Amino acid sequence: MATTVFMEALSPTMEEGRLVKWHKREGDAVKVGDTLAEVETDKAIMDLQARADGMLRQVSVAEGQTVPVGKEIAVIVAPGETVGAAPVAPAPAATTGSGKREAGNVATAPAPPPVAVAAIPAPTTADAAPIKASPLARRIAKEAGVDLKRLTGSGPGGRVIRRDLEGVAVGREAAPVAVPAPAATFPVSRVPSPERTGAPYEDVPLTQIRKTIAKRLAASLGPVPHYFLTTEVDMERAAEAREALNRELGDEGRISFNDIVVKAAALALTRHRACNAWFQDDHIRYWNEVHVGVAVAVEDGLITPVIRHADRKSLREIGLETHDLAQRARNRRLRPEEYTGSTFSVSNLGMFDIDQFTAVINPPEAAILAVGSVAQKPVVADGAILARRRMRLTLSCDHRVIDGATGAVFLKTLKQMLENPLAMLL
Amino acid sequence: MPTLTYRDALNQALREEMQRDPGVFLMGEEVGVYQGAYKVSRGLLEEFGPMRVVDTPIAELGFAGVGVGAAMAGLRPVVEFMTWNFAVLALDQIVNSAAKILYESGGQVPIPIVFRGPNGAALQLAAQHSQAWESWLAHIPGLKVVAPATPADAKGLLKAAIRDDNPVIVLEGEMLYNTKGDVPEGEHVVPIGKADVKRAGTDVTLICHSKTVVPALKAAEQLQEQGVSAEVVDLRSLRPMDEESLVASVVKTNRCVVAEEGWPHCGIGAQVVDIIQREAFDSLDAPVLRVTQADVPMPYNKQLERAAKPSAEKIVAAARRVCYLD
Repeated sequence: MATTVFMEALSPTMEEGRLVKWHKREGDAVKVGDTLAEVETDKAIMDLQARADGMLRQVSVAEGQTVPVGKEIAVIVAPGETVGAAPVAPAPAATTGSGKREAGNVATAPAPPPVAVAAIPAPTTADAAPIKASPLARRIAKEAGVDLKRLTGSGPGGRVIRRDLEGVAVGREAAPVAVPAPAATFPVSRVPSPERTGAPYEDVPLTQIRKTIAKRLAASLGPVPHYFLTTEVDMERAAEAREALNRELGDEGRISFNDIVVKAAALALTRHRACNAWFQDDHIRYWNEVHVGVAVAVEDGLITPVIRHADRKSLREIGLETHDLAQRARNRRLRPEEYTGSTFSVSNLGMFDIDQFTAVINPPEAAILAVGSVAQKPVVADGAILARRRMRLTLSCDHRVIDGATGAVFLKTLKQMLENPLAMLL
Repeated sequence: MPTLTYRDALNQALREEMQRDPGVFLMGEEVGVYQGAYKVSRGLLEEFGPMRVVDTPIAELGFAGVGVGAAMAGLRPVVEFMTWNFAVLALDQIVNSAAKILYESGGQVPIPIVFRGPNGAALQLAAQHSQAWESWLAHIPGLKVVAPATPADAKGLLKAAIRDDNPVIVLEGEMLYNTKGDVPEGEHVVPIGKADVKRAGTDVTLICHSKTVVPALKAAEQLQEQGVSAEVVDLRSLRPMDEESLVASVVKTNRCVVAEEGWPHCGIGAQVVDIIQREAFDSLDAPVLRVTQADVPMPYNKQLERAAKPSAEKIVAAARRVCYLD
């Protein structure tokens, strides 16, 4: 019995997927659970797994092609089952039970001929030869989702070594020998460089993540009635505490200002449940748990991995977890459960010297905190001018959930905690 | 901290341990009246008398056996061999008696003995007197083997060896006796089984012990000038071996060169490579290379001897290869 392989919804919001790479090829034997292909969803690159044992046939989507969820992309034929030379419409109805997915397979419309042969060349001898790569290079490539076959090895006999993966694996490990560390720590978006072409403009198709960002943010700023509250926080004590903690930690990690803000916001939310809420069409869900989304810039977009139960985690735990999530976000290796379910979000552009900004709410959340840079500013205290480290916070609120005064008292609590970090222990 | 020579650091360790424990005594060729072929036992006969600083005949198997017997009877002998080349004659007592008795007595008879003396080549002592024996000795279950490279480690490891209830081999070096270094006074005991990072680095790990620590450090200096940051890890203890420290360093640097005085075949470096390929496989960016003595009896000719020995230049060349610079 043939089993159709569909483009599956591999993230909660995925509507179409780009086939990044086939792991199995036409004619390969596959077992349930084997990775058939890597698929770029709207958020990450995920594995598409086999749901039947057998042989992969009628591969109809080429690497790089984008197809909607539900489209059949191959067939797994049972062991021993023969498939005629002419394309045979698979009979998925019995195996899937999904009405939506049957559409393309009814007999009235002949199934499109498989493009498999043209799109996916049979492995040549060169392809089949084992790839020479150091164990470290293999590990980095695997973690970064890089196909070693696409790289040219600079080691002896064409061995792929770590330096060949420089720039491919973002933010991993120390710089190699005699090669200066890359200066850019933050991924930059894929804007075409003007000198490449003389054309007056260039159309760049939207990537999955850009499409999602466009859709979700337009669904926020338009329909969600935003308003913004800004306050300036004295960060002298927090900065001193941070320096002391980092001295204490030594090599065991670093606490960032962002970690402190996340922790303080999480604690402040436990006291102001009104700001830890989701707007749902006919009700408001006030959360008792605090899950803070932390916006992370990734190549060509952003994503908000979630620090779960941030109110109950230590600064060190928050720091380590944020670091790990951000790293994997940049490598596009987050699992869906790691970037969904936040109850409140924090966006920080302080590292870019942004003084203050307004962030767009991540629906259905009711608020998002925009964090500016920590910088020395003149402050008048007791009639004298002092230099103090200050930071601006801007809270974007959904007026359907949070009224002005409600947002303001939350922000006040947050400010007090940051100005007197010991208060977090209360 | 006082600066001492390696020989005086060993002398201090012996003196302090003999003062601390009346069961500790020294035995060997020329250790008493002549105060040691390399003057390690200077002043000890005078201070402790002929019952505790015993000159022996030239009969390595015999006095090693006397030592094992004394250890069985509850004393803590330190047996000095004029060199480990001569100790080959005593291997039956070391391997078949000292290393086995605790096991064969069902754990009833510990052998708290130290066998010590210079190991490996000096200068132009020719094939029979220029051999590094550590892989022979570290091969044996029942023995512990240490090989200090600095005066401080010499003192600390000899003290640890004397206090250990097992037979411990202490490998010294004729070319090390005159080297100087800071040595902590009094109670300075270096635990057996702990490697030591002699220089921190990020690009390649140079694993060495005993005399090869010197060329490894020199190699690290030269590599630094070439833009390569080398980490020098001194094994110090060859059995047990500090797997954790070796692996931690290679996980950090992703590349490794192992240097030793012995021959390549079945050497200490082979054991190190075994650990690294097994425990740090996914961190390796290049095969581990070894720098050893050439696989020949040591030549007497000065130029050939130099060519046969491991050197800073050879370590630099190997390090550049694992960094894919050459």
